Amino acid sequence: MNKITNNKAWFLVLPVFFIVAISAIIPLMTVVNYSVQDIFDPQTRFFVGTEWFEQVLADRRLHDALIRQIIYTLSVLLIEVPLGIAVALTLPRKGWGVSASMVLLALPLLIPWNVVGTIWQIFGRADIGLGGYVINMLGIDYNYAQNPMDAWITVLVMDVWHWTSLIVLLCYAGLRSIPDAYYQAAKIDGASNWAVFRFIQLPKMQSVLVIGVLLRFMDSFMIYTEPFVLTGGGPGTATTFLSQFLVTIAVGQFDLGPAAAFSLIYFLIILLVCWVFYTVVMNAGKREEQ
Amino acid sequence: MARIDLKSLAHSYFPDPKSDEDYALRRMEHVWEDGGAYALLGPSGCGKTTLLNIISGLLTPSEGQVLFDGKDVTKLAPEERNIAQVFQFPVIYDTMTVYENLAFPLRNRGVDSKRVDERVREIAGMLDLSGKLKQKARGLGADEKQTISLGRGLVRDDVSAILFDEPLTVIDPHLKWVLRRKLKEIHNKLRPTMVYVTHDQVEALTFADKVVVMYGGKVVQLGTPQELFENPAHTFVGYFIGSPGMNIMDCKIDDGAAWIDGQRIALSDRHLDAVAKQTGKIELGIRPEFLKLETGDGVSSDNGVPVNITKVEDLGQFKIATTRFGSSDIKVKLGEDTQITGQSGVLRFAPEWTKLYADSQLVA
Repeated sequence: MNKITNNKAWFLVLPVFFIVAISAIIPLMTVVNYSVQDIFDPQTRFFVGTEWFEQVLADRRLHDALIRQIIYTLSVLLIEVPLGIAVALTLPRKGWGVSASMVLLALPLLIPWNVVGTIWQIFGRADIGLGGYVINMLGIDYNYAQNPMDAWITVLVMDVWHWTSLIVLLCYAGLRSIPDAYYQAAKIDGASNWAVFRFIQLPKMQSVLVIGVLLRFMDSFMIYTEPFVLTGGGPGTATTFLSQFLVTIAVGQFDLGPAAAFSLIYFLIILLVCWVFYTVVMNAGKREEQ
Repeated sequence: MARIDLKSLAHSYFPDPKSDEDYALRRMEHVWEDGGAYALLGPSGCGKTTLLNIISGLLTPSEGQVLFDGKDVTKLAPEERNIAQVFQFPVIYDTMTVYENLAFPLRNRGVDSKRVDERVREIAGMLDLSGKLKQKARGLGADEKQTISLGRGLVRDDVSAILFDEPLTVIDPHLKWVLRRKLKEIHNKLRPTMVYVTHDQVEALTFADKVVVMYGGKVVQLGTPQELFENPAHTFVGYFIGSPGMNIMDCKIDDGAAWIDGQRIALSDRHLDAVAKQTGKIELGIRPEFLKLETGDGVSSDNGVPVNITKVEDLGQFKIATTRFGSSDIKVKLGEDTQITGQSGVLRFAPEWTKLYADSQLVA
C-alpha cells in the first residue's frame, strides 16, 4: 500500500488547533509562566525556579484548606451517591409521575450557582430565613455565620440539595435500560430485593455511576461560588476551600507567582485523582471479564 | 412436576371488555398433563405469550383460574408458584460466573451447597457448559448466554413446570437444532412439565408431544403433531401447519358433492351428513400431500378436476406444483421423480383426506 501524503490535510486541523490553543494551551502556559517567575511589570521579571512551588507547598493555610477540601468532597460523595441511588430506585417507572419527578429533580440543576448560594444564605438566616428561623424555633441554636459546625452543615446540605439530582438522573437512566425480563427472571429465580439490586441494578448502573462520581468529585473539589456567597469562607476560615483560598492569594493579595504555582498543583491533584479512579474502575471491569 | 388446569380462563388488557375483540385471550378450558411437553404455536399477537405469562404468574388473568395439581395458583406470584421460565432474550447475571448463574435459583432457596454443586454440574454437563463454569458470564456470546438461561430454568428439579418463551430466537440456526434436541433429551430423561412458546412450526412439532395452536386469542386446536397434520380442526391450523399449508377453497354443497368454480368434487356420505346441518360459510380443504396430479395425453378427467399448471418448484426432496382452475390456486406436493408434461393436467382429491369447514371450523 502506498500511503498518500498530502500536507494540505493539516489546514483542516488548524481551526481546532487554534481554538484549543486559545481556550486551553495559552492560558495554561501563562499560568506556568507566572509560576516560575517573579513578575513586577513586563520589563522587570526574575526567574525564580521552584521557589513559588516550595513556598506554596509549605504554607500551613494551604494544608488546612486542602484537608477541609478533602473532607468536604468525601462527605459530598458519601452522601450524594448512596442517596442518589436510593432516590433513583424509588422513582416511578411509568405514568405521569415520571415526568413530574424528572422536572422536580432537574430544577436545582438549572439554578445558577450564585443564586443557589443566595437562596441558602437567606433560607438559613435565623432572623428572616424560613429554615434558620424554624430551626431556632425548635430550640436548636443555629447560626451558620458564627458557628463553624452550622456553616459546614449548611454548605453540605446546600450541595446535596443542588447536586444529588445529577446522580439520581444518571442512575435512573441506567435503571431504565434494564429490560423487564431481568426483573421477571429474578423473581422466578427467587431473588431477594437485595439480590436484585446487587446483581441486576448495580451492575447496570456501574458505568453511569463512574461518570457521576467523577463529575461530583471534580465539581465539589473545585467548588467556589456557593460557599463564597453563603459563608464567604467563614466563620474564620472554617469553610474556606481550595478555590477560595486560591482567589484570596491571587486577587486579594495579588501574589500571582504563588497563585500560579498553586493553580498548577491544584490542577494536577484533580487530574491525578480522576485518572487513578477511572483506571482502577475500568481495570476492575476488565479483570472480571477474564 | 404438575398437571396444569386452565379453568374458564380469559384475559383482557382492557379494564372493562365488551366484545370478543377486547379479549387478548378468549375463554378456554384445558387440562395439560403432568410431564407433558406442550408447545404453544401461533403467529405474533395471537395471545400465546399472554397465556404463558398467566401460567407463570407474571400476569393475573381477568377471568377464570389456573390450577397446578388441583391447587388454585391464580393469585400467586411467580416465585410462589414454583415454576421456572426462560425468556426470549438471554437473562444472565453479568457479574457472576457461569457456575454462580446456574446456582442462583438454588442458592436463593437455601438448597445445601453439596446438592447445588451436584445439580449445577449435571445441568452444565447436559448443556456443554462444563468447561466454562469458572468464566464470568458477561464476556460470553449470545448463544452461550441463552444456554445459561436455559440451564437456570432446568437446574431446579422440584419445579411444577418449566416455561419457555421463544427461547431460541437469538440462537444460530445450527445451534438451535442442537439445543432443541438437548431439551427433548432432558425432557425424556426428567419428564418435567414443559410449555414452550414459539411461532416456528418446525420447533413446535419437533419439541412437543402436544401442540396447542393459537389464533386470534383462541386455542384453535390441541393435539399431537400428527393430529394437526391429518385432521386440522380449523382452517388456520391447516394453513399454518405444513409446508406448504393446506389448500383451502370456498365451495358449495349441492347434489351430493362439493362444487368449486363449477367443478364437481366427490364427497363421502360422512361429509354430506355432517355438512347438511351447517349454515355458515363452507370451505373445502386438502393438504398438498394428499392431492394427485396426473399429466400427459389421454388422462381421463372423470372423478378429477382439469387444471392448468402454472408453476413447478423443485425443492430437492420433492416438487411443488401450483395449479389453477377457476379462481383457485392449488398447491400439490409431488415426489421428486414425478414427471410433469404439458401445461395442464387432472387433479384427483382423496375423499378420506378432503376436509370440510363451516365458518373455519372442521365439520368433517
